[in-house]
Amino acid sequence: MRGPPHTTLRRSGDDPGPVACEVPSSTDIAIIGGGLIGLSIGWRLARRGFDVTVFERGTIGQGASLAATGMLAAAAELEPGGEDHLPLALESQRLWPVFARELEADGGLGIDYRRDGVLLVALGREEVERLRFRHDLQRRAEVEAAWLSGAQCREREPGLRPSVVAGILCPADHQVDPPRVMAALRRACLAAGAHLVEACEAEPELAGGRVLGVSTPRGLCKAPVVIAAAGAWTRFQGLDIPVRPLKGQSLALRSTPGTGTLARVVWTEQVHLAPKSDGTLLVGATMEERGFDDSVTAGGVYALLDGARRALPSIEEMPVEAIWSGFRPTSIDDAPILGETGISGLLVATGHHRNGYLLAPVTAAAIEQLLVEDRITGPAASFGQARFTPTLEAIS
Amino acid sequence: MNTPIEALTIAGTSLSSRLLIGTAGYPSQRIMVDAIEASGSDLVTLSVRRISLQGHGSDTLRLLAGRRFLPNTAGCETARDAILTAELAREALGTNWIKLEVIGDRETLYPDVGELLEATRQLVDKGFVVLPYCNDDPVICARLADLGAAAVMPMGSLIGSGMGVANPANLELICARSPVPVIVDAGIGTASDAVIAMECGASGVLLNTAVAKADDPVRMALAMRHAVEAGWNARLAGRIPRRGRAQPSSPQLGLVGS
Repeated sequence: MRGPPHTTLRRSGDDPGPVACEVPSSTDIAIIGGGLIGLSIGWRLARRGFDVTVFERGTIGQGASLAATGMLAAAAELEPGGEDHLPLALESQRLWPVFARELEADGGLGIDYRRDGVLLVALGREEVERLRFRHDLQRRAEVEAAWLSGAQCREREPGLRPSVVAGILCPADHQVDPPRVMAALRRACLAAGAHLVEACEAEPELAGGRVLGVSTPRGLCKAPVVIAAAGAWTRFQGLDIPVRPLKGQSLALRSTPGTGTLARVVWTEQVHLAPKSDGTLLVGATMEERGFDDSVTAGGVYALLDGARRALPSIEEMPVEAIWSGFRPTSIDDAPILGETGISGLLVATGHHRNGYLLAPVTAAAIEQLLVEDRITGPAASFGQARFTPTLEAIS
Repeated sequence: MNTPIEALTIAGTSLSSRLLIGTAGYPSQRIMVDAIEASGSDLVTLSVRRISLQGHGSDTLRLLAGRRFLPNTAGCETARDAILTAELAREALGTNWIKLEVIGDRETLYPDVGELLEATRQLVDKGFVVLPYCNDDPVICARLADLGAAAVMPMGSLIGSGMGVANPANLELICARSPVPVIVDAGIGTASDAVIAMECGASGVLLNTAVAKADDPVRMALAMRHAVEAGWNARLAGRIPRRGRAQPSSPQLGLVGS
């Protein structure tokens, strides 16, 4: 979505070489946004034989897609009010193993898909009641979640501080490594015949209530279908998509033989810690309403390090590898906005909030179904933009 | 009887609801908007340091456009910081009202009284309508009113703790003596806490976490609305004296057959 902020060290993905930078004069399907969601849709559609062109403002996969932790955590992420989104999350979780296998095959790269589960922990007696509250919610929603004692937590994660007094293990919550997923998606798109156009701003070109294609500084690309998937930047003239940027700061530590690392993702009230197979340990993430202010702040980094140290004392010895910020695209109800926009030929896929990686397969499948069958069925059907119409009319 | 309760007047402005509600920490923006609607509140607080003032698609400012805002200085630890934040809020939101919060300690979020008094003095001089969050201390509340605070907002108990009104006797004392409206701020955990605050004589209640973090925030907002009205009415109606023995509610004399 955008180049890396110059003040910030980022983890970088594998670079599979340059991509086509010419703007074609026409395409079947134009996708605005070369992040996780845009590329997932582009790959699935190209794989199906559509002529697809993806337009990316900066460099493919360098925005929120790279800033994320890569958790596929339907159970651990469940919050009060989130029950409505749960069927969508569970459906996507169900799709992930096949999505991962096909992506690794098509892209020729591993994505570090790990099935170790997520462990939520209470640090100190104070936090147990709130963890119990979360567990009650999980049980009512009937997601897989096992209550563990402090000793059982430390048996699984010996590096945790002894102040861990209880935990919840969510075995069906998996994870992937974002830079690897983005590298694989880029290659998979190219292998399937999609065109990727980088460093190119693009806007839907509208006339008479329908889309004609996308306009770019390098000319118009005619397309009967345009998919707006630009994350928090999905803001175009004539289109009111109620998403905002929700800033997150994260950092990457490098574990060493001396420090050891975790066996699975660990969540505390303050941070989550995600061990990747290359030895990095990601610490995320702040939630800040700061608009598009991308600065990495002392307060943000302090909160991450303090939260991480409270759970895992050995982080003190780990080298800091990278620090960055990113913008989650967050809608009014924290759920994605998928499907038709009311403008003929213009579709949208954004608003994935903290759950972009989790929801990528179900999003791509829904858009694919819409294009092939002209409808969306299943859990994704109820996430159209139309659900916000009453709210937006009330404030306009 | 379904008549509305008496309006709350602060600095000459009349508010139809005695419940002030915060905008932070809800599960989603939609739940926040619905909860605020259900609360019936006329004045919503927001932290200018913790919200985006850019007004993007689902930003708080856009979704709550048209409401009366009470910006706060949450996160400020010095009078200087709080004054700068108040000025930023006045510019961004076009209101000279400010909920003044100057925190002295991150663990307890207790006010720093010295800084609070100083900030109140300066902000009143600059033409702000100042509503300071303060200790439940009758002397501090009186000092703040002396300095020109438009209302005082003593804590029920620690911010976010849900421990209710920790010292009802102090609160009654503050309410009985205060020349300006007393709004109980912080500590409200559930509806009965809000009732108690109002029965102690408070003019209003400000809360956030109790609604935002409830299992069903919209329903809790509705409960708080009724609680504040119930407490207000009970206070005005006047409670009966407590007594140690039973007293039948029906007359004992003149029973048939006696």
